[in-house]
Amino acid sequence: MGVVGKEMQRVDAWGKVTGEAKYSADLEPRDIYHGKVVHSTIANGLVKSFDLEEALKVPGVIKIVTCFDVPDCQFPTAGHPWSVEEKHQDICDRKILNQRVRIYGDDIAAVIATDEVAAARAARLVKAEYEEYEPIVTVEAAMREGATPLHPDIRKDNVIVHSHMTMGPSDFTFEEGLRQAKEQYGEENLVLVEADYDTPRISHCHLELPVSWAYVDVNGKVTITSSTQIPHIVRRCTAQALGIDIGKIRIIKPYIGGGFGNKQDVLYEPLNAFLTMAVGGHPVRLEISREETICSTRTRHAILGRCKGAATKDGKLLARKLDAYANNGGYASHGHAICANCGNVFKDLYQDELGCEVDCSTVYTSSPTAGAMRAYGIPQADWFAECLTDDLAEKIGMDPCDFRLKNCMGEGFVDPANGIAFHSYGLKQCIERGRERICWDEKRKAYANQTGPVRRGVGMAIFCYKTGVYPISLETASVRMVLNQDGSLQLCMGATEIGQGADTVFSQMAAEATGLTFDRVYVVSTQDTDTTPFDTGAYASRQTYVSGMACKKCGQVLRERILEYAAYMLNYAETDLAKTIHGGTVRQAAGRMREALGLSAEDQITAEMLDIVENQVVVTGGAPKLFDVAVVAETSVYSLDRSQHITAEVTNHCKDNTFASGCCFVDVEVDMPLGLVHVKKIINVHDSGILINPKLAEGQVEGGMSMGLGYGLSEEMLVDEKTGRVLNDNLLDYKIPTAMDVPDLDVEFIQLEDPTGPYGNKSLGEPPAIPVAPAIRNAILHATGVHMNVTPMTAQRLTAAFKAQSLI
Amino acid sequence: MFDIQSFYEAKSVEDAIRALSQDEKAQVISGGTDVLIRVREGKDAGCSLVSIQKIPELKGVELTDSGDIKIGAATAFSHITNDPLIQKYLPMLGEAADTVGGPQIRNVATIGGNICNGATSADSASTMWTLDAELVLEGPEGERIVPISQFYTGPGRTVRDRREICKYFLIRKENFEGWHGVYKKYGKRRAMEIATLGCAVRVKLSEDKTRIEDGRLGYGVAGPTPLRCRKAEAVLKGSRVGDMEAVERFVETALTEVNPRSSWRASKEFRIQLIGELARRALKEAVERGGGIMNA
Repeated sequence: MGVVGKEMQRVDAWGKVTGEAKYSADLEPRDIYHGKVVHSTIANGLVKSFDLEEALKVPGVIKIVTCFDVPDCQFPTAGHPWSVEEKHQDICDRKILNQRVRIYGDDIAAVIATDEVAAARAARLVKAEYEEYEPIVTVEAAMREGATPLHPDIRKDNVIVHSHMTMGPSDFTFEEGLRQAKEQYGEENLVLVEADYDTPRISHCHLELPVSWAYVDVNGKVTITSSTQIPHIVRRCTAQALGIDIGKIRIIKPYIGGGFGNKQDVLYEPLNAFLTMAVGGHPVRLEISREETICSTRTRHAILGRCKGAATKDGKLLARKLDAYANNGGYASHGHAICANCGNVFKDLYQDELGCEVDCSTVYTSSPTAGAMRAYGIPQADWFAECLTDDLAEKIGMDPCDFRLKNCMGEGFVDPANGIAFHSYGLKQCIERGRERICWDEKRKAYANQTGPVRRGVGMAIFCYKTGVYPISLETASVRMVLNQDGSLQLCMGATEIGQGADTVFSQMAAEATGLTFDRVYVVSTQDTDTTPFDTGAYASRQTYVSGMACKKCGQVLRERILEYAAYMLNYAETDLAKTIHGGTVRQAAGRMREALGLSAEDQITAEMLDIVENQVVVTGGAPKLFDVAVVAETSVYSLDRSQHITAEVTNHCKDNTFASGCCFVDVEVDMPLGLVHVKKIINVHDSGILINPKLAEGQVEGGMSMGLGYGLSEEMLVDEKTGRVLNDNLLDYKIPTAMDVPDLDVEFIQLEDPTGPYGNKSLGEPPAIPVAPAIRNAILHATGVHMNVTPMTAQRLTAAFKAQSLI
Repeated sequence: MFDIQSFYEAKSVEDAIRALSQDEKAQVISGGTDVLIRVREGKDAGCSLVSIQKIPELKGVELTDSGDIKIGAATAFSHITNDPLIQKYLPMLGEAADTVGGPQIRNVATIGGNICNGATSADSASTMWTLDAELVLEGPEGERIVPISQFYTGPGRTVRDRREICKYFLIRKENFEGWHGVYKKYGKRRAMEIATLGCAVRVKLSEDKTRIEDGRLGYGVAGPTPLRCRKAEAVLKGSRVGDMEAVERFVETALTEVNPRSSWRASKEFRIQLIGELARRALKEAVERGGGIMNA
């Protein structure tokens, strides 16, 4: 391969570093109005009425709309492709503004004003009268007998979905497995672990806030420029929310400052559309503050995992059980998909000799809504699986790395439920490499039997992650390429650049597939649903695999079309093209070619005899070189005999999936009296197939690892159980790690070609965030003997645990 | 965009006092790192502000003829940390100032604002308590000097009148000459952080470095205001360097003098754990800075 696999500089590097790259808010027109959302100050209840008198008096206020004004349309918000099967469709459980309040900070009204200060002032003065119900903040409260259902029109109680799955026999139960185990191995040869492992609700903390601006264009289209990962899905959901046809909506997505899954949901675009329509199509901007983003957009699900595991004393894993309870907050968003995903990976990651039983419940509560976040339920699954694995290994007295090598999912694994397989398998190689790099065996020995208040430990965790959503959901992507007269091309992806480097790797693929050089590929970074081809967007670590394949196929088609035209030129060099400025060049080239291949003047030259190498049309095999693609491109546009604009557009309906995998190894120092965990060394090793751009891949992993550090040590949204209010709704009190908190991050890859990826690649975007937290937890276990079953492992939780064990 | 009704850039201390006297709702702004947050949250939206940021006499550090140190109230934290006099005589204060927020905050946030907003978590406050700093305030009725121990009246409350300007802090020679100290900030992360607990320890060692002639212990977030633990200091006074029993008595006594509370930010139990452990560690480091050997 040529440009694929090289560390090309990001195509947007200069624009982003200099600040020239335009983001949504940079593009707004003059005299735009400003919208401000009015949020409920109760968590559960009904808006009875509003008093808008004082608010309307604020100078600059144009209009105030309330939940009594919005279309009577319930719509879904999940960034999923719409299912044409009714039972798989996303849940439609909210309106643009809600009279029925289900979370503290629900959207109940909105102000439109000439400036943001007036809008904020008026929003503070809007008075709502409520009928209040008791907030049901926890899963426990929401599942309690007699708890008020939050969406009685959709579900009779607060359970959105419960699902049961097994590995092994379809009627497998853990109890049955245990009975069999006792019979087969004898009770005295078994170890059993039973524990609750808990995870927090967290916020994505993307740098750019959710911001959009909208107007009604002269053709009547509601046009919204928005910071989103999923422009085509936003278009469909906005149409559903407004109850208008999809063609009447246009979404434009410029550069965006991160999303991490929060913007894989339709957030405030439907409201923004409604606001501009409420003021006759005048442009209205809607920027959501950090506080609003934390409380009122989406979060990662807090999932409680009640786990059981049984193994033999010589380290054979026999059976496991997971009861997962996901707090989905007030609205379904991605609904049950996330908890089910969590359950799937829990059961896939290890080979239970007898079987595995999983139950997942996803529950509405009157607390912030949970949706997609980087790795979609798998950080939770990995927390459960990898805490349990270390606890079993500890109880057996076996090295946890050996225990994993013996029991983890192996080469050739196929999930019997959905057919997802490893088309390339590097998990065990990753484990071996990580083990070596962290000096596992030496340190496990060296750190045994420590005393004193400061102790060291090493820990690890493994994971697997699928690539895209097939066959659970549709995978489709389109790409268009347009050849310019100078032999360069525009690459129009439906897939979105959200900071991960998509534009760069697609440009590399386009260059690779066409034979043009990287500098001749102009990727159109902005997606505009009126002009760019369809793609569902950036999520599920899918784009390099699914949209990348579309890019490759499209490049191949474009290349064929260029060569077909080149063949025409070579055949008609003497006649049709003789008068053109390239006539001489083509005639000479045709002569060289006929001579080299021994062709007579009558023999037709065909496209199959030609190839493109580094912008040159060449004879297949590389020599002789004929002429630059620019000669073909210019002729094809302006030819008086045969003008043909060379373009290609391809849809890739992907019906493949493949597991990526990997691991994290960490060496920590635990300062017990202060509850401080210092990560002394950390390494992630990934099996993600062939890397399209190793430098960008490394960046992805580093970003994911730092998110994993936050997940393990500091990040959690604190919600008041009495009121449903978020207590730490700002970046001072919500603790993402700072540059000072993140240690040197070590990254390695085991590059094995995956036959199903366009260039041997498979998922990488989300996986790095998965294994870090449980690896740290297991290192703390090694250092101190203390089982931290709740993440984040904050100093307060750690010191309390160390006290309980009389370690301090 | 901030919701500010009016903004007046005062030319001098007198000018600022006059502006504050004329508008009953006006409040002082300097670096703005606390005021603007309240405006943004809506708590002080629509406020009138009198800025003292461009008054030269409120800035800088100087050594007086009597050898005391004067720190202008509008001196930014980064200027305090990098000031040669601070580095020479009060390195501990420079280090404490360097724990506030991040670099951008430290470039504008001032020590006067840190003390005058009355927060128990103020990173410079516990050190200022152990230095027996004095505040020089000027208002419509003239100038007055308030020892820091009499400045705070409750959480977020001080004796400063709304119209008064804190001009500078005075730190007497006898409170730093021959003393060594350490400030330990405990936050949930290593930067961009509000203190979960702050602990300041200062010691004055005997000439042969074997005895603690005098000691001071100050805390932030160990009670509703920053505070000193004078009984614990008395325990330390005269003790032998390396007397671990004395250290434990010092810590135990300190725990009787504090009054931390449980909040969603941290539990009382956790803060108590920090109060003891930080005192122990800060004392050890302070003694070592003074040339003593703690584990002797």
